[in-house]
Amino acid sequence: MNGQEILTAFLTILIKEVRRFTRIWAQTLLPPAITMVLYFVIFGRLIGSRIGPMGGFDYIQFVVPGLIMMAVINNSYANVVSSFFGAKFQHHIEELLVSPTPNWVILLGFTAGGVARGLCVGLIVTVLSLFFTRLHVQDIGLTVLVVLLTSVLFSLAGFINAVFADNFDDISIIPTFVLTPLTYLGGVFYSMDLLSPFWRALAHLNPILYMVNAFRYGLLGVSDIRVDFALAMIVLFIVVAWFYSLYLLESGKRLRQ
Amino acid sequence: MSLALRIRQLSKTYSNGLSALKGIDLDVEQGDFFALLGPNGAGKSTTIGVVCSLVRKSGGTVEVFGTDIDLDFPGAKRHIGVVPQEFNFNNFEKVGDILATQAGYYGLPRALARERTEKYLHRLELWGKRDHAARTLSGGMKRRLMIARALVHEPRLLILDEPTAGVDIELRRSMWSFLQELNAAGTTIILTTHYLEEAERLCRNIAIIDDGRIIENTGVKQLLRQMQVETFVLDLGADVASDFALEGYATRVTDPRTLEVAVQKGQSLNGLFELLTERGLPVTSMRNKANRLEELFVGLLQHGKGGAAA
Repeated sequence: MNGQEILTAFLTILIKEVRRFTRIWAQTLLPPAITMVLYFVIFGRLIGSRIGPMGGFDYIQFVVPGLIMMAVINNSYANVVSSFFGAKFQHHIEELLVSPTPNWVILLGFTAGGVARGLCVGLIVTVLSLFFTRLHVQDIGLTVLVVLLTSVLFSLAGFINAVFADNFDDISIIPTFVLTPLTYLGGVFYSMDLLSPFWRALAHLNPILYMVNAFRYGLLGVSDIRVDFALAMIVLFIVVAWFYSLYLLESGKRLRQ
Repeated sequence: MSLALRIRQLSKTYSNGLSALKGIDLDVEQGDFFALLGPNGAGKSTTIGVVCSLVRKSGGTVEVFGTDIDLDFPGAKRHIGVVPQEFNFNNFEKVGDILATQAGYYGLPRALARERTEKYLHRLELWGKRDHAARTLSGGMKRRLMIARALVHEPRLLILDEPTAGVDIELRRSMWSFLQELNAAGTTIILTTHYLEEAERLCRNIAIIDDGRIIENTGVKQLLRQMQVETFVLDLGADVASDFALEGYATRVTDPRTLEVAVQKGQSLNGLFELLTERGLPVTSMRNKANRLEELFVGLLQHGKGGAAA
């Protein structure tokens, strides 16, 4: 395929993905909006007002970046895992596999679809947060970059999950038992300063910690860890996830007999 | 004549140890209408799966219009349109979107994709359903949708895996005439089917695969010439006794007015009719007991090459 054909194939996958999650908006865009409003009300207003400042900010201001990031992570992941597994389950992934579309374009297309939903939900949640608090933006470029990279990483993670999944249970196990605990323990609701040295050191193994803190730095200008290190870690995770995903596609594992 | 498909020593062993293909060789000429026949589990779908990349081969080579799939699979895939046995489209997508999306996967610009979508939905009589979700289509419409989707990038080689399975007679015949038109326009067609009548009617060349091996690969006419015995069913205008016999012919009376007669290669039907006329038995109608190809097919499977005399 030449460059123009590759671009067409990529846009076809992306448009199809966007069409999918907007067609079922009541399942994809509405629930995170409602969940995050509840978080803002309960953790921000009701409980947050009794907690007092954290990291030099009101508690609600502190948790908003983490909650936005949580929404982006969950939705990027959910989009790719459900879309790709659904295509595999119904066998219409074969439409793509028999076509000359290169594997890296297939991966890029699904990842872009996950990013599109992640950003869409992130934007909705950000707008909703403005009803509860004033959002200070320290560095817009860094904020956007971190959201984008995080969304890419979790879209790739969703892809890997989808390739290995054999049934619908398999696509909910990772989000329930891995993603949610890592997100909650990734500094969304608290500063690392609250942890003992042992748990603080252990928390550094959690990739979500880097994303939440880098994003929080972009918005508030405070972070528990160095931002350049956090960015480097995110990029490293992306590179590993990208090449592993590509390997899965190239080898045809669980996709071709 | 250059080849649309050239397969050499193709083998496939699945991860459970099942050896589905045991080194098959197959040539399909450009412009051919080719039938790949065999019983369930013989290796037909595996062969097709390898050619269109859904099955990874264990060994051998496959070339599509001279392009080796090991060297340039995307290049080979551009030439192939595949209609699988099972429905494999997104049931929730609209019919028009399914075709336009498939065109996009082949890199067709949006305007051309729209044009082709319209063209093939019209040709397969689905244009009126373009805005309907695929799940709302009838079984026959879903089959036609699969064919339209396979054609949207206008492949030079169309592979159909049992395209008329479960399709009513009327639709089957209209699909036959559509495929014949397509073939006449230059598209090479490979067909797997369980309907031997379909293969005899449509195809010029044929391969029979059994237990992962090609046991026959020849022209349909040449294959039919191998028939040693052909069994006819005659409806008679008068009753015959249950022990009725005709000199030189093996006969069986299935009911007083129905006679089965086995005609050996070299025996003429005129001779048979003369004998019946001498006995005062008018023949009101006559038909083959089974499809001719079916008789050969069963014979080949049961006895190998030597059993071609059905």
